Amino acid sequence: MVHYDIVVIGGGPAGLAAAIESRKNGVKNILVIERDRELGGILQQCIHNGFGLQIFKEELTGPEYAERFIKELINMGIEYKLDTMVLEVSDSKMITAVNPTDGMLHIQAKAIILAMGCRERTRGAIRIPGTRPAGVLTAGTAQRFVNIEGHMIGKKVVILGSGDIGLIMARRMTLEGAEVLAVTELMPYSGGLTRNIVQCLEDFDIPLYLSHTVINVEGHDRVEAVTIAQVDERLKPIKGTEKRFECDTLLLSVGLIPENELSKSAGIKLDNVTSGPIVNESMETSAEGIFACGNVVHVHDLVDWVTKESKRAGKNAAKYVKGQLENNCKNIKIKGINGVRYVVPHIVRPDNVEQTVELMMRVDNIYKNVKLVVKSNGEVIKEVKRKHVAPGEMENINLDFSKFNLGNSDEISIEIVKEGE
Amino acid sequence: MEARDMVCIVCPLGCKLKVIKNEESQNGYTVEGNKCFRGMNYGITEMTNPTRVLTTTVIISGSSIRRLPVKTSGPIPKHLIEEAMKIINEIEVKTPIKVGQVIIKNILGTGVDVIASRSMFINSEEGYLKDHLA
Ligand SMILES: Cc1cc2nc3c(=O)[nH]c(=O)nc-3n(C[C@H](O)[C@H](O)[C@H](O)COP(=O)(O)OP(=O)(O)OC[C@H]3O[C@@H](n4cnc5c(N)ncnc54)[C@H](O)[C@@H]3O)c2cc1C
Ligand code: SF4
Repeated sequence: MVHYDIVVIGGGPAGLAAAIESRKNGVKNILVIERDRELGGILQQCIHNGFGLQIFKEELTGPEYAERFIKELINMGIEYKLDTMVLEVSDSKMITAVNPTDGMLHIQAKAIILAMGCRERTRGAIRIPGTRPAGVLTAGTAQRFVNIEGHMIGKKVVILGSGDIGLIMARRMTLEGAEVLAVTELMPYSGGLTRNIVQCLEDFDIPLYLSHTVINVEGHDRVEAVTIAQVDERLKPIKGTEKRFECDTLLLSVGLIPENELSKSAGIKLDNVTSGPIVNESMETSAEGIFACGNVVHVHDLVDWVTKESKRAGKNAAKYVKGQLENNCKNIKIKGINGVRYVVPHIVRPDNVEQTVELMMRVDNIYKNVKLVVKSNGEVIKEVKRKHVAPGEMENINLDFSKFNLGNSDEISIEIVKEGE
Repeated sequence: MEARDMVCIVCPLGCKLKVIKNEESQNGYTVEGNKCFRGMNYGITEMTNPTRVLTTTVIISGSSIRRLPVKTSGPIPKHLIEEAMKIINEIEVKTPIKVGQVIIKNILGTGVDVIASRSMFINSEEGYLKDHLA
């Protein structure tokens, strides 16, 4: 059995930033475990630019962003193991992992940081009718094939889902010489950033069908055609609106789910809405000394936010190891209501707050000219105006705990209120 | 008055811009709705000569990964993207490659280079380490 002060599971941007921050806060004995053949996580396949504007004030590609953190990690001498898959985490912070050189590994950690990222929803998860030919794959898998392995995956493509990965793959496939016939989106709005609609679809005249879904896939060995149809308010296909596209590939970009098999094995409480662990202001889960950050907690739009959140996890894991995190203290529940689907963190222990806590949240619909209203035990303590909020764009509110008297508060809620009400 | 609505794509905030033709202003246009100066520049370039940064990959040998991600070191005119892709697709490189290394100089006479957007070293992890520490 080996011992470490902090073990970070996952070597993506979340894990890297958390490990680096733990070291900066005085913890020496840190190990990062990554199942892939290199560090960097999903960023290594995201070769487009748009990363790092907040953290580095310049526009980087995914690999460039990752490389800066990898370099810092290596220069700090933080240990890492590649090709190593963590199989289990126990609530006593025992980690079981395997790799080809060490075989089975048992590692005892004083603190653990979960940073396993997320995975894509697949065809099974959304039950698309039709045959089961080759050529139906998730956008992320396609991204890996094209950008890392160098395989072209199809010539005529239909994409279901207009999240950022779907949009980016529409452009990528076009640049590589494929024809993208349509991007279809179930909802009446796109789940992706507007800038991606502009530079990935409009630039290449790729049509976007909102309120449309795939109702049939044809083909025996390989996809031969995909039929889409418009949906009504109840998201049911409307007869007579079908469109059939002859194509050889269907890419699915229908959502990401935090990767929490390990969290479940450790008995960590999960949030039904985010599918990630319930965390407090220190990014600590319901299991003491086990922290979580990045897409394993909730799916982020921007890696910059992942980095910020992960620094918080790394810093607090270091505090925990040094016995500086207060545990037996007041808990304030943070809740999203009336249009706010969820808020992370879920719990704030004011005793551990240095000054501010960044609350991250998603809304359940598109709203114009609204206020995000923060209440403590029903009393308004903060309001921020927003011209436009959308489910695809995460909102943040910085709450300065030193400013409010939260003496007898046990719940803080955040809701959407129309301007003028 | 000639005006066009567009979304600024310079950063993920995606400000909604209104670009208005204005003979009196220095650039011939005024821009509204931008949160920062980059949005103004974007709005004007988008009217006069739209440009984009191109990101793609080239074939690489000597590493466990088969493609090296590359990008143009700055924006290039939008209408040159297809041609640029053709040239980039002809290129093959070998490890070692360091991030920022020029892969194609001055592509299509734009004054912009195509550069590596990550480092890639000979298969071993040690090579990776050594070069990073250098
Ligand atoms: C396909 C895809 C494309 C994306 N494209 C973009 C984009 O274009 N722009 C953007 O801003 N964001 C994008 N995102 C969001 C992106 O995931 C985040 O910005 C960021 O990469 C999240 O960082 P992370 O470290 O939490 O997760 P990841 O980058 O996913 O890293 C998690 C790491 O944990 C490892 N891991 C998981 N389980 C285990 C285990 N049991 N044992 C050992 N290691 C394990 C994984 O191999 C992985 O390397 C994309 C996400 C996906 C899934
Ligand atoms: S105007 Fe500035 S802040 Fe707004 S999207 Fe453009 S670059 Fe971003």
